[in-house]
Amino acid sequence: MGRKILFVTTDQQRYDTLGCNGGLLSRTPVVDGLAAQGIRYERAIPQSVVCMPSRATMITGQHPSSHGVWMNGVPLPANAPSVATALHDAGYRTALIGKAHFEPYFDAFGRFLENTLGDHGTTPPGGTHRGFEHLEMATHGVMGTLHYARWIRQHHPEMVGEFFATIDADLEVNAAGGGDTGAPQVKVNQVPREWYHTDWVADRTIAWLDSLTVDEDWFCWMSFPDPHHPWDPPQSEMGRVNWRDVDLPAGYPERASEREALLDAKPRHWRLWYEGSLVSNYEAPPSWVPATLTADQVREVNARNAVEVELIDEALGRVLRAISARGWDDDLDVVVTTDHGELQGDFGLLFKGPYHVDALMRLPLIWRPAPSAGVAPAVVTRPVGLVDLAPTFCAIAGVVPPDEFEGVALPTSSATPRDPVLTEWDSELFGVDVHLRTITHDDLVCTTYLPGTVHDGTEGELYALGDDPLQRENRFEDRSLRTRRDELVDEMRALRPPEQLPRRPLIAPV
Amino acid sequence: MRSTRASVRHFVRIAAPAARIWPFIGDPTRLTEWFPGIVECRVEGSQRTITTHAGLSMTETLLTNNPLEHRFQYRITTGLVREHLSTIDVLDLGDGTSVVQYSCDADPAPLALMIAGGALDGLRTLQRLVEED
Repeated sequence: MGRKILFVTTDQQRYDTLGCNGGLLSRTPVVDGLAAQGIRYERAIPQSVVCMPSRATMITGQHPSSHGVWMNGVPLPANAPSVATALHDAGYRTALIGKAHFEPYFDAFGRFLENTLGDHGTTPPGGTHRGFEHLEMATHGVMGTLHYARWIRQHHPEMVGEFFATIDADLEVNAAGGGDTGAPQVKVNQVPREWYHTDWVADRTIAWLDSLTVDEDWFCWMSFPDPHHPWDPPQSEMGRVNWRDVDLPAGYPERASEREALLDAKPRHWRLWYEGSLVSNYEAPPSWVPATLTADQVREVNARNAVEVELIDEALGRVLRAISARGWDDDLDVVVTTDHGELQGDFGLLFKGPYHVDALMRLPLIWRPAPSAGVAPAVVTRPVGLVDLAPTFCAIAGVVPPDEFEGVALPTSSATPRDPVLTEWDSELFGVDVHLRTITHDDLVCTTYLPGTVHDGTEGELYALGDDPLQRENRFEDRSLRTRRDELVDEMRALRPPEQLPRRPLIAPV
Repeated sequence: MRSTRASVRHFVRIAAPAARIWPFIGDPTRLTEWFPGIVECRVEGSQRTITTHAGLSMTETLLTNNPLEHRFQYRITTGLVREHLSTIDVLDLGDGTSVVQYSCDADPAPLALMIAGGALDGLRTLQRLVEED
């Protein structure tokens, strides 16, 4: 028998939402406990700050320029490299339960298996899809064809209207507000906790694990759709955090003049989105203007986000107890992370977009190695990337990673030298294009811009995180850092894998 | 705030003259042969009704079917569609190859991405069908 791997992802979760990372709003004792027993990464960085490219990086072990999913709406080819395939070929049982999103959701012609598998069950035609032999999928709402949506509509149809409608009549991200403050993508949801997708994902994970024999090795990707908006957790749980008691985040300047001064020191698209004059990407409601965001709305969103994070922590605890009951504790590796962060009030903004700052780029990442491996607990301060996950899973399983993987297995201490970490953004939507290239080298984050709709290619951002943890001061033009900046740009160009051309076409908004 | 309307275009180059490609386009009932995810297609006069694999039924009005210009145009008139026009042009390059271009204008805008995205798969299928024939 080998080591079992439980890979836990959430969607759009900030680093500072976990207790072990200093978060004060959510109680996360389960993840905190895993961190205490394992390795906590203080600077885990995605290779893209939106779902599809970032998730494609997790499964392929490649940067977006290599796997080709350069923005949401570009599908990952079914034959792309997959860590699940590598493990399945080595004899692992494999499952993905929850949010996949390697393929577009907007699929009117039913071309993608993620959207059609629910018609047939949970076993893909041919036995596996991307190396997974079992897929049960969910996303943020209850519309569409994924397993959770079908389950709710079949068993609890009276609950369908309780969930926030994520897409509006314009097929755009819905700007409708709700709750006490009218914050966008907030809704009071009377669904019982047991029927909410967080508990469903845990239930289905436990059911799949129960189907295995005790001596089988397995890789299970348990992928929670929360705390990604909409912020509509079960209302029964909202008593956990009173939004009126929530402190404003350090990254939210309460005075508009201060917010605007900070935004004006960054490349133009920051301010243009804030004031509603440029919408560069699909992932935020185009009809919502960030400048209208109020302090109370930030509080309510953060309270609801915190409740969703707590529910995930408790669901994970339930899964871990089920695993323990099977006698797998000693050989169990648990990796917990997310695909990207959430602005959640920083700089007066919500949601996500072409903004390479900690809100979106600094992720929770915990690896609790199997106790049988004898790895000492540690805190790793050096930057690591989600691109390193796939080779890590191979290392855990004792499998030689496919040649196509670009990452390196995660370090178990800060003593291990590491290359800097790269992050890319490309979006070309309805005539608006934005392109960012970022390198994170220890405590320096340097972003360059390619020419686009509102950039001429000379813009940039440089933050010295040690002095400026909130990235308030853009030092790209700071003469005292000019030499270091130029070195970082050269290093980024040298490390970046060649882009796969021609680019795969964008075929859906998301 | 961006426009609720969008225009999206895809094309393929096929190693065949337009005359070999056009029968797939110009016969509106042959859509199921090349457009992915369409499981049923009925044509009555200038109305075409398609049913997708996802179970969606859409009614279309056929506007242009010009075998001389090799241009086909249609509108989807049901569902969430406020405005739609798709145009398929087959451009014979005179060297034994042709460009087949699918253009989609739609309101709401995301619909243009979805329809044209599906059509791109269709163009690739068409390319295979013609070139392997």
